[in-house]
Amino acid sequence: MEENITLEDIIRPENLVFQKTKLFTEKPLSYCPGCGHGVIHRLVLEVLEEMGISEQTIGVAPVGCSVLAYEFMDIDMQQAAHGRAPAVATGIKRVFPEKFVFTYQGDGDLAAIGTAETIHACNRGENITIIFVNNGIYGMTGGQMAPTTLPGMRASTCPYGRDVKSMGHPLKITELIAQLPGTSFVTRQAVHTPGNVRKAKKAILKAFQNQKEKKGLSFVEVVSNCNSGWKVSPVQANKWMVENMFPFYPLGDIKDV
Amino acid sequence: MKELRLMKGNEAIAEAAIRCGADAYFGYPITPQSEVMEYLMAERPEQRTGMVVLQAESEVASINMIYGAAGCGKKAMTSSSSPGISLMQEGLSYIAGAELPCLVVNVVRGGPGLGTIQPSQADYFQATKGGGHGDYHLIVLAPASVQEMCDFVKDGFDLAFQYRNPVMILTDGAIGQMMEKVELFEQIPRSETQPEWACVGKPATRGRSIITSLELDPNRQEQFNLKLQKKYREIEAKEVRYEKIQCDDAEYLFVAYGTSSRICQKSVQLAREKGIKVGLFRPISLYPFPYEAIESLSKQVKGILSVEMSAGQMIEDIRLAVHDRIKVQHYGRFGGMMPVPSEILQQLETQIIGG
Repeated sequence: MEENITLEDIIRPENLVFQKTKLFTEKPLSYCPGCGHGVIHRLVLEVLEEMGISEQTIGVAPVGCSVLAYEFMDIDMQQAAHGRAPAVATGIKRVFPEKFVFTYQGDGDLAAIGTAETIHACNRGENITIIFVNNGIYGMTGGQMAPTTLPGMRASTCPYGRDVKSMGHPLKITELIAQLPGTSFVTRQAVHTPGNVRKAKKAILKAFQNQKEKKGLSFVEVVSNCNSGWKVSPVQANKWMVENMFPFYPLGDIKDV
Repeated sequence: MKELRLMKGNEAIAEAAIRCGADAYFGYPITPQSEVMEYLMAERPEQRTGMVVLQAESEVASINMIYGAAGCGKKAMTSSSSPGISLMQEGLSYIAGAELPCLVVNVVRGGPGLGTIQPSQADYFQATKGGGHGDYHLIVLAPASVQEMCDFVKDGFDLAFQYRNPVMILTDGAIGQMMEKVELFEQIPRSETQPEWACVGKPATRGRSIITSLELDPNRQEQFNLKLQKKYREIEAKEVRYEKIQCDDAEYLFVAYGTSSRICQKSVQLAREKGIKVGLFRPISLYPFPYEAIESLSKQVKGILSVEMSAGQMIEDIRLAVHDRIKVQHYGRFGGMMPVPSEILQQLETQIIGG
């Protein structure tokens, strides 16, 4: 019988077992195949849908690969200047304290140019959610060294590897902001396996529930890959991430108040 | 009933912000305008009207907080002084590019660099020609009294929302710090509703509200720029503001705004006591600049002295208006120094009348 299944059979509505999250727009994702952004977008949108809060949510898109996040998410969003998303989110949350506000930022945006905005939004305990995607590189501009690039790791602006003596050390900003009394939930996740996807979703859900309970700032780092920037295949990128990124950026909750 | 108070210019800005129903103020301390946030914090506007006041970690952060609040359709403002306004230029460009309404007060001090905390008018170019990257304009209002500091907050917000464009009040440390009588307008309630374009959370009944200045397609970005330019032409046609003082019989003219115009009023008096028929033209809107009004006066007077507390910036706009028909010269003190009425008159006599 299985041999007789045609393409028409497969796409029949009654045979549908998986579909895109309703809060995704119809626009095809612009991310590279194998990139974590699509999955992380989906997790955020699933959480908003399941909590039933999409109509009360305002997102802030950064500068970086996810600069066009607002084209994929069917919610009201603001696009912020490079690094300024936590300040923009502060402005939104302060005038709309009952709405759900989140930023979606990469490592260059959050941990280099936006370090001051990140630390101070965390320190004020802004009741927002920050989703921080860390792939150790500037993806959109073509693979330059990021604040989170590992020692010895190659990037287009450190072609012989990051020399920490002259280029500084990778910044563990997640551990840093966990020290601040304004943060309530600080965690580091990944989305390279189904198990990790489930854990990451639970963390994102908690980060939005904390907002509902006015617990202060919740911060979810997702360690991800950049196979284009790292110049390896998606499978090799995930393997490299597990072997090199995870030892430096260990997964798990760092703070949960 | 009239409510009269003796106030500092900076305090008048703050009181007017509460009274005009502003939703939020985000700022960072800098001399000579720190009284704005100090006054607001002391007044507890969150209790008076529900207005939010927050001290940000930097001017970079405060202008981006303005962006976020303005993107929600709220009346948001900030104030700063020259070095802080320089830090805000990135945010102002994004705000202009996203067509958001907001009010920014620049209580100018002498520069460049850290400069001095004394009053100056050397930020004219930055305020009127764009300031940040890209083709854009702020609407720029220049108060010459504490009363106008108060009134222009309300007018500035009205213009900002009418045109969806950032508005700057360009004043200086002298007007910010000096005390004068102010007639305060009555409290206007904060708006319960937001404009239809505002980012408030997307209901199922409408499409997404997206606040952005990004357009990767150059054809569409050019179209957007043309739309902005059309808006600026409309602002130039409708929103020019100026004041003419003793210009009817004038043979010579001072052109000065803000603090300089106050000093020039005395110079006009001194000149007329000597029998020299001098008038004063005071641009109130610096963008849009009153080119036509100055052009028409240039057919009447023999020469113009542009008086600015800068090395000569507004004079370029005056010369554009005058088309070389008559002599236009500049006199300025700068770096925090202010001219006195007699030296301005002397400059008129040597540079324009005798020159």
